[in-house]
Amino acid sequence: MQNEITLSAEETRDLRCVAGVMIPANAEFDVPGADDAAIFADIVASLGRDFADVRLALGRLAALGGSPFADLDETRRQAVAASFQAEAGAPLAALSRSVLQCYYRDDRVIHSLGMEPRPPFPKGHVLEQGDWSLLDPVRTRPKMWRDVP
Amino acid sequence: MNEMVDVLIIGSGASGAAAAWSLADTRMRILCLEQGDWMKPSDFPSNGRDWEARRYADFDISPNRRARDTDYPVNDDNSPMKVANFNAVGGGTVMYTAHYPRMHPSDFRVRTLDGVADDWPIDYATLEPFFAENDRMMGVSGLAGDPAYPPHQPPMPPLPLGKTGARYAKAMNKLGWHWWPSDTTIATTEYDGRAPCINLGHCTPGCAQGAKASTDITYWPHAIRAGVELRTRCRVREITTNEHGMASGAIYYDADGVEQFQPAEVVIVACNGIGTPRLLLNSASSRFPNGLANSSGLVGKNLMLHPWPQVFGYVDERVDGDRAPMLSIWSKEFYETDPNRDFVRGYTLQFTRGTGIVNEAITSAAAGRLPWGQDHHSTYRKLFHKRLQIGIACEDLPEEHNRVTLDPVLKDSHGIPAPRIDYVIAENCRRMMEHGIARAEEILTAAGATNLHAARVALNSPGHLLGTARMGDDPERSVVNAWGRSHDVKNLFIVDGSIWVTSGGVNPTSTIQALALYVADSMKKRLATLFD
Repeated sequence: MQNEITLSAEETRDLRCVAGVMIPANAEFDVPGADDAAIFADIVASLGRDFADVRLALGRLAALGGSPFADLDETRRQAVAASFQAEAGAPLAALSRSVLQCYYRDDRVIHSLGMEPRPPFPKGHVLEQGDWSLLDPVRTRPKMWRDVP
Repeated sequence: MNEMVDVLIIGSGASGAAAAWSLADTRMRILCLEQGDWMKPSDFPSNGRDWEARRYADFDISPNRRARDTDYPVNDDNSPMKVANFNAVGGGTVMYTAHYPRMHPSDFRVRTLDGVADDWPIDYATLEPFFAENDRMMGVSGLAGDPAYPPHQPPMPPLPLGKTGARYAKAMNKLGWHWWPSDTTIATTEYDGRAPCINLGHCTPGCAQGAKASTDITYWPHAIRAGVELRTRCRVREITTNEHGMASGAIYYDADGVEQFQPAEVVIVACNGIGTPRLLLNSASSRFPNGLANSSGLVGKNLMLHPWPQVFGYVDERVDGDRAPMLSIWSKEFYETDPNRDFVRGYTLQFTRGTGIVNEAITSAAAGRLPWGQDHHSTYRKLFHKRLQIGIACEDLPEEHNRVTLDPVLKDSHGIPAPRIDYVIAENCRRMMEHGIARAEEILTAAGATNLHAARVALNSPGHLLGTARMGDDPERSVVNAWGRSHDVKNLFIVDGSIWVTSGGVNPTSTIQALALYVADSMKKRLATLFD
């Protein structure tokens, strides 16, 4: 689904800022933040069906802060973000989904989780057969279904 | 004008495909109209890196969010459970988990056995040969010998247990409760031109490998080779009737949006529990002012959706996650009525393998488990691929106030009135849900899971849309007779989930298809007297 309208420069700046607040870079796990240039470009390009609600979310963040989210100092951003999360609702869900779905498909993030950055098809995965002797006690049970008249 | 056909089938999903294939051996001229497209394996999300994100977009289970131009909107604002479906050749079988339990014998006799709702006019024994035929056509993987069911023999071996299934199995053995590998329509060997499953992940939104059975790759190739015509991108607006009160055909919009009339000797409706009442109600006329086949007033009523709580927790090692089909095992320990409980009827426990990388993040963030800020990363790593999840398939009993009507405002892209859903979860079902949640928590604890959570109402319904044109012997208490023919219109048949009398506590596709084969077989046996 293509967005016929795009975020304003101010909205884009706020979105990047809140993405970084949501998922900051982390040296321990060697992962970028969601405000990383490549991840953020993916977020903006993938808003799709969530575009309107994300725009509402950005508007609400600005309203709660009394100015554009990106212009707030760090302490104020955290307070506004907490208030916004406490309100819940569709805009929060859309904003969260839009950031997370792109963050968790970035190659660097996937590698940090010990996974291969690839689509499932065509390689698939191996699923171990498991120990079917676990079924032995169930096999000995009497019939459980009810007889019907 | 289009040439007359002997049989017009509306809808190419689970039931329409089965009916078309069965009737093909009559050599009648059979046409199926389908509002969606053929799907290609390369269309499915598992081909791309955005495969999980597309489950929230063009492969979302909600037609309202998906909003493809082949979809129609549904007003489900007045229901705690939202409608799930898919519109394409294969219908909902393109987008289902492929969990494939049959109804149980007791499910057809709930009035006699438990004093609630109504008995079906048919029974398990009547359907048994059609279950078996359908298992062969769809290709079922499973294991014979389940003590919860009368004997049957799935044609392929079951899906592997995997790490997750083994954990569940040990827990169930510790508790002394029944479990068995689920019957599924995911091929575990080569089968009728289908390749075996290679574990592409949770395959609800279609299988790029073609291992998961959907009727576009099972019934339809056989039906088309046998001479059935399938016309896509054809959205039916109404079924027409003649001066004798018989169905005369259908008016539909073709792929170019042009209104067409298709005359037919027999009309079979296969649009499932929302689409079928919508079409019948949209087919009102001076002769049938309350909608077609609706002298009972029951078209659209008794909607059953299967409330489906999900209970999940997290273990201390990575298990299967999304590296396999989500299906694993089932339990029927609490399926049959127990007079010591505070509810009648029962439920299936459906054990699933967890969830994917993106979906874990989205659902955990939505539930408040996954924080913003620096703690996000360490918290996520305690969740990722460590989830065990149990679904509780509760039997939903029929109640007339749960219904499908026509929305007075909302319309689809062709201007056809859209369906509106009014639905509440009954008290008996709520007690059943709480019982199931408590048992699932016991199981998860026995499996070593902590950090337990319960979602009492799933974000969307499981897409089980049942009961809105029920079958029965009494024309005042049912819409179709015991073999799917309308009481009011003698050449109009319904073969989908709308003809169910009660819902059982199982995923319905197996029984929907067995019923469709049974109705088609009944028609074939009565060809000379079909309209008497």
